Amino acid sequence: MQKDLTYKSASQVPPQEGFREAYLLHLADTTLILSQRNSEWCGHGPILEQDIAITNISLDLLGQSRNFYQYATQLINNTTNTKAAKVLPSGEDLGGATDEDKLAYLRTEREFKNLLLVELPKGDWGQTILRQYLFSQYQYLLFEQLQQHADEQLAAICTKALKEIKYHVRWSSEWVIRLGDGTTESNARMIKAIEEIWRYTGEMFIPVEYETISGIDFSALKKQWEEKIKEVFEEATLSIPEKIFMQTGGKTGVHTEHLGYILTDLQYLQRTYPNSQW
Amino acid sequence: MPDTELTKKENSSKQSETQVLPSGEDLGGAVWSVLETITDPEVPVLTITDLGIVRDVKINGELIEVTITPTYTGCPAMDMIAMNIRMALIENGFTAIKITTILAPAWTTDWMSEAGKQKLIAYGIAVPNKKFTIAADGVECPQCKSTNTKLLSEFGSTACKALFQCQDCKEPFDYFKCH
Ligand SMILES: [Zn+2]
Repeated sequence: MQKDLTYKSASQVPPQEGFREAYLLHLADTTLILSQRNSEWCGHGPILEQDIAITNISLDLLGQSRNFYQYATQLINNTTNTKAAKVLPSGEDLGGATDEDKLAYLRTEREFKNLLLVELPKGDWGQTILRQYLFSQYQYLLFEQLQQHADEQLAAICTKALKEIKYHVRWSSEWVIRLGDGTTESNARMIKAIEEIWRYTGEMFIPVEYETISGIDFSALKKQWEEKIKEVFEEATLSIPEKIFMQTGGKTGVHTEHLGYILTDLQYLQRTYPNSQW
Repeated sequence: MPDTELTKKENSSKQSETQVLPSGEDLGGAVWSVLETITDPEVPVLTITDLGIVRDVKINGELIEVTITPTYTGCPAMDMIAMNIRMALIENGFTAIKITTILAPAWTTDWMSEAGKQKLIAYGIAVPNKKFTIAADGVECPQCKSTNTKLLSEFGSTACKALFQCQDCKEPFDYFKCH
């Protein structure tokens, strides 16, 4: 039902065209939105070191996001097929050449292809930690495979990012264990966080059309991911919910109500003062 | 740092003596010696050549092409470094400058120069240690050399550093993460 949202004129565009650009935007949007969410902790972290940690992670994610946007920009601007170029940042008149800022600041909610997981509110520290761990572990396993991708620039971005993600995984998994196997209060909060978040994790492993270019075996990836999560959850005395309905839609632009608010925040300046620069 | 000051002075006096730009092979050397004076905005004790950020210098007639690579994906200093390279080259009489950023091969702390490592230690920052591919207790304290140290946070004041505390001399210190 949602299949055609990414490609407004799907009937006119051969199926493979624009897949790579759309996939890059999916990776870029996902890291951008999570970076923006985590940065809400800046100045509000539970203690100084952890405030610095979560904002450092935000910065790493923003860097990854910029790399993906820049590469997408390059592809979009170099494409000789105007149809392929048009299906990308649809809805907005990009006035010819696009750039990373336009992609981040001038696309609408329905054009964002990020995972639903990353747009959820930051919640309490437990929810932020849990989301980060579930995402970082996924990103680690995914990028490990994308390092081998035939697209050299995509592979280069992922290889570079992995060095940082390794730290995100360790930091967030240690916090999941600390809070899960902590006090009665922290344990209860983690159980609540799982209830809130878990149903948004399924989407990571349910590929949409453009993800075929990733060459990833998503069911194998899911298995690998679940094994890792299980190990950490066991140590954290937490359990994985069983047979839960999974929310999807983010990858094709169908979002929760939370994305609109975060974009309003993120895009305010550029929308209010068009073309303003640092 | 006195060392850096000295190089800068030497360099600027060299420049004032010779207004005419060197040519041919000397040109590459002249570009490198300008690059060797540019410091990292976040770890000012290190130059960009100490860090191994400069990957290549190509001379194409009038055009100077400098290839750099970021230390960390989100390193906010990269734009500033690129601008500083441009400014320094312009100051030294070069006009046609192209700065390209590449991601592969990914930067590694292995590219940090020996001189750079010595400067870091003198500055109070522990240097990347292969034994700790991921920051963990036991990194050598740059003050008292004890290895009885504790990791306080794997994320420090900048993307490249982790925060430690020495259990012997009690000093907190930064560790330049192995990357
Ligand atoms: Zn010490």
